[in-house]
Amino acid sequence: MSYLEVRNITKRFDRQTVLANVSADIEKGELVCVLGPSGCGKTTLLRIVAGLETADGGSVYINGRDCTSLSPGKRNFGIVFQSYALFPNMTVAGNILFGLRHKGKLGREEMRARVDEVLRMVDLSEHRNKYPRQLSGGQQQRAALARAIAPAPSYLLLDEPLSALDAKVRVRLRGEIRAIQRALGITTIMVTHDQEEALTMADKIIVMNNATVEQAGTPREVYDRPATPFVANFIGAMNFYPANEVVCAIRPERIEISNAPGSCNVAADIKGFEFKGAMTRIYGILPGQTEICVDISSDRADEIGLCERARLYLRIPEEHLIKYPPPAARVM
Amino acid sequence: MRPAQLALLLALLAGFTLIQIGPLFSLFSKAFLDADGSFAGLQNYADYFGSPSLSVSVRNTVDISFVTTLCSVLLGFAYAYALTRTNMRGKAFFRYTALIPIFLPTVVHALGLVYMFGKQGILTGLGVETELYGRFGIILSEIIYTFPQAFLMFVVALEVADGRLYEAADSMGVSAAGKFFGITLPDIRYTVVNVFFVCFTLAFTDFGAPKVLGGGYNVLATDIYKQIAGQFNMNMGAVVGTLLLLPAVLSFIAGRAVSSRNASTVNAKATRLVIRECAWRDAVFFVFCALVSACFLFLIAVLFMGALTEYYPYNMALTLRHFSFNASTGGIGSYFNSLWMSLLTAVFGTAFAFVYAYMMEKTDGFAALRRYGKLLAALPLALPGMVVGVSFIFFFNARSNPLHFIYGTVVILVLSNILHYFAVPFITATGSLKKLDREFESVSDSMRVSRLRLFLRVSAPLSLTAVLEIFMYYFVNSMVTVSAVVFLYGAKFKVASIAITHMEEAGDISQAAAMSLLILFINVAVRGAYALAAKCTERKIL
Ligand SMILES: Nc1ncnc2c1ncn2[C@@H]1O[C@H](COP(=O)(O)OP(=O)(O)OP(=O)(O)O)[C@@H](O)[C@H]1O
Ligand SMILES: [Mg+2]
Repeated sequence: MSYLEVRNITKRFDRQTVLANVSADIEKGELVCVLGPSGCGKTTLLRIVAGLETADGGSVYINGRDCTSLSPGKRNFGIVFQSYALFPNMTVAGNILFGLRHKGKLGREEMRARVDEVLRMVDLSEHRNKYPRQLSGGQQQRAALARAIAPAPSYLLLDEPLSALDAKVRVRLRGEIRAIQRALGITTIMVTHDQEEALTMADKIIVMNNATVEQAGTPREVYDRPATPFVANFIGAMNFYPANEVVCAIRPERIEISNAPGSCNVAADIKGFEFKGAMTRIYGILPGQTEICVDISSDRADEIGLCERARLYLRIPEEHLIKYPPPAARVM
Repeated sequence: MRPAQLALLLALLAGFTLIQIGPLFSLFSKAFLDADGSFAGLQNYADYFGSPSLSVSVRNTVDISFVTTLCSVLLGFAYAYALTRTNMRGKAFFRYTALIPIFLPTVVHALGLVYMFGKQGILTGLGVETELYGRFGIILSEIIYTFPQAFLMFVVALEVADGRLYEAADSMGVSAAGKFFGITLPDIRYTVVNVFFVCFTLAFTDFGAPKVLGGGYNVLATDIYKQIAGQFNMNMGAVVGTLLLLPAVLSFIAGRAVSSRNASTVNAKATRLVIRECAWRDAVFFVFCALVSACFLFLIAVLFMGALTEYYPYNMALTLRHFSFNASTGGIGSYFNSLWMSLLTAVFGTAFAFVYAYMMEKTDGFAALRRYGKLLAALPLALPGMVVGVSFIFFFNARSNPLHFIYGTVVILVLSNILHYFAVPFITATGSLKKLDREFESVSDSMRVSRLRLFLRVSAPLSLTAVLEIFMYYFVNSMVTVSAVVFLYGAKFKVASIAITHMEEAGDISQAAAMSLLILFINVAVRGAYALAAKCTERKIL
């Protein structure tokens, strides 16, 4: 049995169904990313796991115990919000202490030691007496994380913890959060709509769309074998084209290209290309007007000597081809 | 929602229903009953409108309210425009002088006018001939009363402006008048409507000015007083009470309709409006503001003169003897009663309004209860003081009411003030709470911190400025209120604003001026303390 189990959760706001029969399993010590477009119900799912929202149907098991109607205070979790929700009238240390006071049992010295410990963990020791407004965005984020982990919760919930930060800081904090999570071995659910974040940080990704779970699996699984066209399209780029009653899908970087026909046997006309640094993306048109894009290394692009409207030859490797039933069949 | 929270919510709603709906219900039932308590239908109304001497008050009241409103809207707008959209000097000074009337009971505005335009008035002495007692005097006094309200509302509306709109208009070569009528006025159209209703309602229901200046000119507010306190005709009083409710109820409904569409037009991307240099415009507005300020300062000056001279205008020797008040009209005790009542109102009113707003804003579940609570919180906006006072008598003075014992004590005065002035504190508290992160409650739940502790350690301290503002608002208004308390004060507990009317009636006009000054001093002190404290807390928190 998994550490955290979500069984057939349903949630409606007014007439809108925000979660329809959502199930998920989260193992002890795992970092699971819930990934999906805006409004698909990620935050709501997280809040139900926290007990901050009550589900209309379904159940939540924590460590094998049915906790569906347990109040948040009794679930023993830590949470970090997108806005951080740091108390602006308390210092960093004060914020952390505020939660610790209610652990009971802890004496003054123990509390102080615990504050020191978590501050060291998030590398904020020298900022302990600053107020939130005196911290940078990244520091506030880490302060919120410190506050969440200080009472030694048995699981951690992060709602888009990095989305308010700029790109550089975001990348650095990914690593830091992951390192702390590993060090503590704490079961963690992190909501995000950034696919790269999910791919780099998660042990497991739960991809949601339209109030349902589309796929759950390791980053490799959801990337290499996306269960549905939505997942294929949402994570990374994907080419779709119809062939023999099915829809074929292929990642742009899997396609091989060359200047002359040979092992590459599909002709394509170049419509345009984009230089993206290490990679170059080519937009081409197959016979039959199907559009296709191909990613190659920029070095290779130089070798080929790309120019618009030129003809290229592609090889679509069968082993990387993913086949979906056609849309009409999928509906049924 | 937890049991403790639910219990608190229910207690707040029950208490508020009791002091608001209970009295209103009594008022309406009285209006439709005859003196024996049997159902009279619309007979009371027929009687009222059938009596020419009474129904003429309706015409009079509408008349003075309408003229007052027109003047106050225009003056208030021009004054607010000067402070927000010109580069004239002395803005801070003008802002404060415009607030002077707020710190005084309306009877004192009227008293000031007596000193200026009365039989022995200063201006009368200089040859200004006016018919002060009657329509003219009341209108003048009501303008003094309503001007600060109009001004304050216009300032709030005019202070926010999207500079981009004006820049775009400039780039298209739109004239100053074009910008004014095309951007500025449309931007504040809802405020104009609101100000109109607020001023109209205030003038429509004010008691102080017509009490002092009415003479033979009857208005509804003096009618209701005569019916109840003079003739003990409770049913007719109730009829007038329901009539007094009319404009406020209309404005309440209009306000609700307007506010739902009044989603702020200024968004986060708005840039600051840069006010153009224009010397003649600044000069014109400066002269205008200086004149208005001068009037208000003159009002204070004549009070000083009246209070500090031996026997105006015959003996102008300085004296402090008018500050030793005759016991017969209330004495200095009435001043301490007022302080005590205002302090209690401020303490309990602030706690009640803030906790009430917190329960409405920061709890979830029981949506229907909270919707009812929000409606209850908005209703006092439509309750004129006279109506609060009269309906409180009907409700609490009924022998069958177990709360009968609070009648005539400070408790009923405090309750009526809390109710009468509830709307603004509630809006202030709600606005301040809305600014707090919505996730504080979630975070504290996750950390097992109780909601009470979160409230005491986080929500309340972060809203300290709003709390202080509410405290100040309740205190100042309780010091100056006449209309509600005139029905409710007990023989043993007279308050200062009432004492002033009695001094004026008894001809102790110098003592009335002295008492007015005492009220002014404490109000200005409280207001100043608030400004200081607000500045300190802002600096600490932000
Ligand atoms: N308290 C609420 N009342 C009504 N509707 C709500 C409430 N909370 C969320 N919703 C609706 O439920 C849907 C899902 O919301 P949710 O916050 O779970 O989305 P999300 O996946 O977290 O989106 P985002 O990535 O934008 O944060 C949205 O359409 C939202 O409008
Ligand atoms: Mg969300």
